[in-house]
Amino acid sequence: MKGITTRLQAALVAIVLGLGIGLAAAPATAPEALAQAPAAPPAASEQMLFNYLQGDVRGRVTIPDQRAAMLIQPAGRDFQTFWRSTMKWIGGIAIGGMLAVLVIFYLVRGTIRISAGPSGRTIQRFNGLERFAHWLTASTFIVLGITGLNITFGRELLLPILGPDAFTAWSELGKIAHNFLSFPFTLGIALMLVIWIKDNLPSRVDAQWFAQGGGLVGSAHPPARKFNAGQKIIFWSVVLGGAAIAVTGYIMMFPFQFWATDIHGMQLAIQLHGMIALVLIAIILAHIYIGSLGMEGAFAAMGSGRVDLNWAKEHHSLWVDEMMSGGRDAAAPSGARSVGAD
Amino acid sequence: MARMKFLCDADRCIECNACVTACKNEHEVPWGINRRRVVTINDGKPGERSISMACMHCTDAPCAAVCPVDCFYTTADGVVLHSKDLCIGCGYCFYACPFGAPQYPRLGNFGSRGKMDKCTYCAGGPEADSTPAEYAKYGSNRLAEGKLPLCAEMCSTKALLAGDGDIIAQIYAERVTTRGYGSGAWGWRTAYKDMVAG
Repeated sequence: MKGITTRLQAALVAIVLGLGIGLAAAPATAPEALAQAPAAPPAASEQMLFNYLQGDVRGRVTIPDQRAAMLIQPAGRDFQTFWRSTMKWIGGIAIGGMLAVLVIFYLVRGTIRISAGPSGRTIQRFNGLERFAHWLTASTFIVLGITGLNITFGRELLLPILGPDAFTAWSELGKIAHNFLSFPFTLGIALMLVIWIKDNLPSRVDAQWFAQGGGLVGSAHPPARKFNAGQKIIFWSVVLGGAAIAVTGYIMMFPFQFWATDIHGMQLAIQLHGMIALVLIAIILAHIYIGSLGMEGAFAAMGSGRVDLNWAKEHHSLWVDEMMSGGRDAAAPSGARSVGAD
Repeated sequence: MARMKFLCDADRCIECNACVTACKNEHEVPWGINRRRVVTINDGKPGERSISMACMHCTDAPCAAVCPVDCFYTTADGVVLHSKDLCIGCGYCFYACPFGAPQYPRLGNFGSRGKMDKCTYCAGGPEADSTPAEYAKYGSNRLAEGKLPLCAEMCSTKALLAGDGDIIAQIYAERVTTRGYGSGAWGWRTAYKDMVAG
């Protein structure tokens, strides 16, 4: 507090001395002022003032809204620049770049087939709760992503097509959906964290996966447990990125109430929210690709929950071993009799 | 055309808040919304100054730049106005505005804000000039009647100046020259990227 007061006083002195001179010395408006201006060079005063006004100017107001006591916050101009260009560049490079990479990857590699062909036998990969958590997060993320991208890029891409009235109606609906769907999205993130964290801790197998390029380059099938290193990256991106997006998002939904109690906190929350979301959208595009078009047999894991045994052996060999040995080691219930060939 | 600006001579402002009252009355601004306010810096200390602040109608306005639905427009007089029909109340303009000008009636859930309201430079909105529809959303349109904003017009010490930027800057520069001091045109560098010449 004292620092701010001291700075304000210094700023005021600089303004009283410097700006008066600067303004009075303006040749266009008051030529005669030049003769009367004190000795300090106007350029230096102007520079002094500029340096001081980089920070906020606060005071006291007699109205209840105490935020109105912020007289000038020049950082608003930085927020403007961020929103108008930085954000759009980040989004364009992250999402456009990822789409380009995926298209090229598809053209080069095509759909990754099951090398041994489908076996016809399936193995349970994800149970109902796991799939519920996944699709709860996925479905809300798609709506949140589209409505969020609309706020960032809609003005350039959609507004010229829809026209102002329709675009406002759509954006207002999008805003409501974005606010409300944040809650199921957060629940989905929390569920996935609880269900899958034990399978996503880093292990030595991951190093081998990276060394073999994850099987994405070349035709190797590095061994993996339930989740390979690539899936672990997706998991931690979604959990950590999703948590960061949720926290910053709730700050935006309840402005000036939690951690961000001043305008700079709010500006930071919006910037983080936007940047993390854009990067996460790009990551999820790759996830959607490899889980559907990019790999034969992968979608069934989250579709029916059962995957083909050959697919599982190729992509999650250690996990299949665990599942199989677990089945073999399990003690037969007393009184059970084997029936038939099995 | 003129380039309309506000300039508050902080060495004349006596914090009487008449500009605030005039604005609220002229436009029937609802409770909790202040299109104009008076901020006192260094309150009770040497160098105390009061500044009346509202929308500065910036050059390259930050609010207009960050608006996701592009609801702002700048008139031929350099006044920054917006359409309440297009505003979705996202609040981004408040974070971008260096002067805290955008105001929101608090409505609905999750701190949602309702249509943004701000100083119109007494120039109404996109509706036809001086119509009841325009008055209900934006207040009166004095500019269409050839009058300047009421806050500045009824300032008792003529601290708050409104009008063409070159003219009010010249008036201010003459005052500074005559009395030998001045604390500057508050906010002009941030609003107009132009401090000295006005």
